[in-house]
Amino acid sequence: MGEELLTIRGLRAGVDDKEILHGASLSIGKGETHVLLGPNGSGKTTLMNVIMGHPRYEVREGTVRFDGADLLALPTHERARRGLFLSFQTPEEIPGVTVENMLRTARQAITGKKAGVLAFRKELAAALATLQMDADWAGRYLNVGFSGGEKKRTEILQLLMLKPKLALLDETDSGLDVDAVHLVSGGVRAFRTPENACLIITHNAGILSSLSVDRVHVLLHGHIVQSGGPELVDEVGAHGYARFLEAEG
Amino acid sequence: MTQQKIIIEDIARALYDVRDESRPRYRSESGLTEDIVRDISRRKNDPAWMTEHRLASLAVYNETPPPAWGPAITSLDMDHIATYVQPDAVMAGRWEDVPEEIRSTFDRLGIPEAEKESLAGVGAQYDSEVVYHSIQTSLTKQGVVYTDMETALREHEDIVRAHFMKLVPPKDHKFAALHGAVWSGGSFVHVPPGVEVKIPLQSYFRLNAPGAGQFEHTLIIVEPGASLHFIEGCSAPKYNVTNLHAGCVELYVKEGARLRYSTIENWSKNMMNLNTKRALVEKGGLIEWVSGSFGSRVSMLYPASILAGEGARCEFTGVTFAGRGQHLDTGATVIHAAPRTSSVINTRSISKDGGVAVYRSGVRVSAGAKGAKCAVKCDSLMLDSESRADTIPVMDIREDDADIGHEAKIGRISDEAIFYLTSRGIREEEARAMIVRGFVEPVAKSLPLEYAVEMNNLINLELEGARQ
Ligand SMILES: Nc1ncnc2c1ncn2[C@@H]1O[C@H](COP(=O)(O)OP(=O)(O)OP(=O)(O)O)[C@@H](O)[C@H]1O
Ligand SMILES: [Mg+2]
Repeated sequence: MGEELLTIRGLRAGVDDKEILHGASLSIGKGETHVLLGPNGSGKTTLMNVIMGHPRYEVREGTVRFDGADLLALPTHERARRGLFLSFQTPEEIPGVTVENMLRTARQAITGKKAGVLAFRKELAAALATLQMDADWAGRYLNVGFSGGEKKRTEILQLLMLKPKLALLDETDSGLDVDAVHLVSGGVRAFRTPENACLIITHNAGILSSLSVDRVHVLLHGHIVQSGGPELVDEVGAHGYARFLEAEG
Repeated sequence: MTQQKIIIEDIARALYDVRDESRPRYRSESGLTEDIVRDISRRKNDPAWMTEHRLASLAVYNETPPPAWGPAITSLDMDHIATYVQPDAVMAGRWEDVPEEIRSTFDRLGIPEAEKESLAGVGAQYDSEVVYHSIQTSLTKQGVVYTDMETALREHEDIVRAHFMKLVPPKDHKFAALHGAVWSGGSFVHVPPGVEVKIPLQSYFRLNAPGAGQFEHTLIIVEPGASLHFIEGCSAPKYNVTNLHAGCVELYVKEGARLRYSTIENWSKNMMNLNTKRALVEKGGLIEWVSGSFGSRVSMLYPASILAGEGARCEFTGVTFAGRGQHLDTGATVIHAAPRTSSVINTRSISKDGGVAVYRSGVRVSAGAKGAKCAVKCDSLMLDSESRADTIPVMDIREDDADIGHEAKIGRISDEAIFYLTSRGIREEEARAMIVRGFVEPVAKSLPLEYAVEMNNLINLELEGARQ
């Protein structure tokens, strides 16, 4: 395993009185691509929200360390500034704020430097081209009136522009047509370097076909019940989660 | 990394709050009596019909109860309002001729500068009288008249008499009657047929005297095929006593004519703003209202458009920002009185720190206004749980062949939207400011350039010392 980037230990968290994660543990090293599998409602999105610091979720126990820092002690924006990025399962619409405006503000927030207008525009144009998005996309209001697939593509656009150390992709491939899955997958490939890492939540193996996967984890009822190599993806693909459910009893 | 504190501020008021020491030449006694009204009329050298109009309006005022709806206006006591305050200046055509103390006020507000850069004519009213008026000679050569109402009454008496308070009769409501009795100042514009006034004209109204009222009258006539953009700005320094603004705006848009009427109201928070505006639009004409309501303690403002000719149109764009202690009851009224008339009303309101923003619309389609179209969209955003927003749409549709759409949304900033933006590295306060700016964006875009500054102040970024 590469140098540790994210380490989650015994994470118990939930909303109100309801515990959703019952002691989840997971580690991701630099330069790695991990996959998180699990049936609907097993707590995958909740885990992402907790890692990112969503205020609705309360952590009861456990630790999350990211690049040497105690993540749980930091506000959400500070987690992003330290190199964490979440591609949302359902991205928010922000009326009146253009894609470009948001990206410029975020870039400035993360780097602490004013982005040069020309260089930024050029970079944005390149990222749009990678994802085969029209140039005028940047001027549209963030996710407003976007189709499901367009929203997902816009998440990957943000990934390319913000260059985090760890990208959490929550079902970024769901609801995409075959070609769009390739584009998104290509976007992730373009993003990955030996210095960064990503965790992909998916219900389809399609997005993984052109990526080289290092580790796969199965989340069930708020626990990681198994971690293994890429072969786990095929196994779940072929047999579903029955084996894990039985084992759980 | 720079740590910054960003808050969604009230309108930056410092600029407007500067009082100046200019002493009035004359100030009427506080209160409203026949003697006071006669005295104002005499001082203004009114023709006899105007004196009668004032006295008749006073009688209506005395008989009419205040509106039984809307925000409480009980703190308004006419016994403590001086209705006429004459500045110590005569109307000038050059800023150099405006007395120093008064001129510096308008300098601070950037009026002479705007005049040089982007206006074809300027009127500046100080308390009850207009102290400055100018118009480019290229416009006078085309027959455009832009002057103060007093001059118009002397030089164009027939036109004034034929139109003055015909759209807003004194009987309309109590404060229209009050206006009819004590009106003073305001602007008159007449654009001859076919003349396109390409650069805007702007009148600015400044109320400097404490415990006083401003009752300017604006009368604009845009003749067939002509066009005009008129901008109106208002402000006042803050006092502990109540001030009153009850202006009246009457706009006549003739066949195929276009008029854009933009207003930024930025009264201080001791102001009662009870203003009446109305436009009559004839065949194929267009009235565009752009209305920004940011100041005053209480506002009741519902510009009305009467679409009287076939194919007449109205576009209303409004933004209202109610902060602590403010109750802003604003909206728009449209009367579709002819076939194929159309209207679009698009408003945004924001309330914060306990402010109350109410949007009140009235849409009426008369029988026979076949093919009338009306689309209303009003969105309100409350920035905290103390604040309030409400929409009160009234529809009176008497024609089956009409297409009416109404969409109203009242919301708060969603936690999910904040989380989304903060997950991109943006601080929570800035995320909030972005969302608010985005909320008003579609409306802010149509505000006149001259007011970009005010709009930017709307969501003020306050930087607090850099910290590691
Ligand atoms: N804010 C919330 N309030 C109440 N219940 C919640 C909340 N968030 C998640 N849950 C519940 O927690 C459980 C896990 O939800 P989560 O969204 O994390 O599942 P998931 O694994 O991402 O599922 P899917 O594959 O369908 O996206 C579900 O039963 C869900 O209803
Ligand atoms: Mg999910």
